[in-house]
Amino acid sequence: MTIRPDPTFHASPKLAMEAPPESFAYTLLLSPDFSKPDALAVIDVKRGSPTFSRVVHTVVMPNKGDEFHHFGWNACSSALSPLAGHTFLERRYLIIPGMRSSRIYIVDTKPDPTKARIHKIIEPEEIFKKTGYSRPHTVHCGPEGIYVSTLGGGGKDGTDGPPGIFIMDCETFDILGRWEIDRGPQKLHYDFWWNLPRDYMVTSEWALPPQFENGIVPEDLLSNKYGHRIHFWDLRARRNVQTIDLGANHQMALEVRPAHDPVREYGFLGVVVDTTNLEGSIWTWWREGGKFHIEKTATIPAEPAPKDQLPLLLQGFGAVPPLVSDIDLSMDDKFLYVACWGTGEMRQYDVTDPRKPKLAGSIHIGGIVRRTPHPNGKAFAGGPQMVEISRDGRRVYWSNSLYSTWDDQFYPQGIPGAEVMANANPGGGLELAKDYWISFPDGYRAHQIRLDGGDCSTDSFCYPSV
Amino acid sequence: MGWPLAVSAGLMERSSRALVAALWPLTAGHLLAMLLVLFPFALLVALVEWQRQIQIGASLLVIGFGIFRLASRRHPRALARIPPTQLGLWSFAVAIAHGAGLMLVPIYLGLCREADLDQAHAAAGTLINANLGMAVLVSIVHATAMIAAGGCTAWLVYRYLGLKFISRSWFNLDTSWAVSLILVGAIALALVLAS
Repeated sequence: MTIRPDPTFHASPKLAMEAPPESFAYTLLLSPDFSKPDALAVIDVKRGSPTFSRVVHTVVMPNKGDEFHHFGWNACSSALSPLAGHTFLERRYLIIPGMRSSRIYIVDTKPDPTKARIHKIIEPEEIFKKTGYSRPHTVHCGPEGIYVSTLGGGGKDGTDGPPGIFIMDCETFDILGRWEIDRGPQKLHYDFWWNLPRDYMVTSEWALPPQFENGIVPEDLLSNKYGHRIHFWDLRARRNVQTIDLGANHQMALEVRPAHDPVREYGFLGVVVDTTNLEGSIWTWWREGGKFHIEKTATIPAEPAPKDQLPLLLQGFGAVPPLVSDIDLSMDDKFLYVACWGTGEMRQYDVTDPRKPKLAGSIHIGGIVRRTPHPNGKAFAGGPQMVEISRDGRRVYWSNSLYSTWDDQFYPQGIPGAEVMANANPGGGLELAKDYWISFPDGYRAHQIRLDGGDCSTDSFCYPSV
Repeated sequence: MGWPLAVSAGLMERSSRALVAALWPLTAGHLLAMLLVLFPFALLVALVEWQRQIQIGASLLVIGFGIFRLASRRHPRALARIPPTQLGLWSFAVAIAHGAGLMLVPIYLGLCREADLDQAHAAAGTLINANLGMAVLVSIVHATAMIAAGGCTAWLVYRYLGLKFISRSWFNLDTSWAVSLILVGAIALALVLAS
């Protein structure tokens, strides 16, 4: 608890954009064969620093087989909501869930990120007992504490009951219990986010653990058994108010990115693959007359490829799907970044008119068939995956691995962990920074990236940008 | 209390009318919290022969609540469950949770003392009415002062100072709030014991 609000808390997205640039990028490292413990890498991203673009500290966990994926801060700008009364928290602890182990690490990044260390470990049994959920995934700080989405229900394979969201105390990190009171037809889970003053939450769907833990299940995909719905909730009443089915062919509705400015009642959703033609798609949802609506607003076609250059899984199709595995919206709600992990492309869409995204920039790097190297000459295995945008929108960071078992199916030759950065032109357009290349210790892959002081997939705001 | 919510209401609707409209439920909620706390004491004061004990009890209650606030700094999670549209309920709940109403009790009992002695032989009914009237008056004066200050701050931030003021003006007053509750209770207790 502090006397004044944390200087990284901003009342509006506009004030967050005007804040000083990021100094450190935190990146989750994963041992894909579970031979080593997963880790958190701290990267120096200060321009002009002698250790710029280098890993300056690593927090190695005490267990193996956690499978790190997504993580988040204990507190963000939403703490400035007078309704919640958490104004004097610090943005200090990273909440890192082990997706395979259901264990959660709380890492303290203060007083110095280069001395970050484990503060607390929440063992899986506690999560199972108090929530009935497993496979914790996305983390957001919000009105009632820390919200964690899960991908699995109870039981050994996580299919005993539906997955959902649970809440943690934002000071003691105790697990408080399930968030949902009335989940309606929601049975699958993936991402979630919200509009705080408008008091709604949006959640998406991936799959149940048997459908992802040992790799993608081609039969389930071709019979459209992965998630294809989006759910809207009353945030405080914890009640499902509307569910929209995108159509069963739109498999894996993953990342949810609402407009940062809370006065804007729309957001985006990325869909990994359409089973009729392998294209990826971007959807825009909006609220009008008290009801939510959604429509497909951009598509990215599959690229034809010779069979002998394709992994076994794709040989029957003769094409590489873009596989839209992550999307991220800049703080000014102007540019949507779309990671095409299969074709090896980072797309930048101008979404000033949210229902008419316009392609404004593109970078090819990696890819199943293209295998485009970095401008510095190094090979970038895998494709653009978890993407993070600096608060001012000028720098876009991304890593290259999706999920251990899926990596092996789409990139059987392996994905050594790498992280790159592109400079974004305020008027549109992207260019890879030649001097930013992070390679991680052998045997590690890189997943999600968080920036100190907040980033475009962390912070939510209670006041509009005026 | 609650002025940052009035700023939010004004900015979200882009209208100063929305800001002013938000002040009404904030005032109503606060007023209701005051009255809810003061009314039982207004009724109790009719028991004139127990006046001293009531005043001592009230003082101890305020001190006790102050100590509780000091020991438990956490904001009740129930507050975070209130939707942003229910400003009146939020204002009511937050005033209760902070002990804003309780803090007025020693002042209120002090104000009533003279009147009570004068009317020592009056019918209990009259006494209750007089005390209820005093409770309402104390509550209204307090709520008016609070909302006038909060409303002015909200308007200045909305119109001139800008959103940076939101984070700049926030100070953690939890400790001083708890200490002032203890202080008010202790002063009241000392005055009762000295009389």
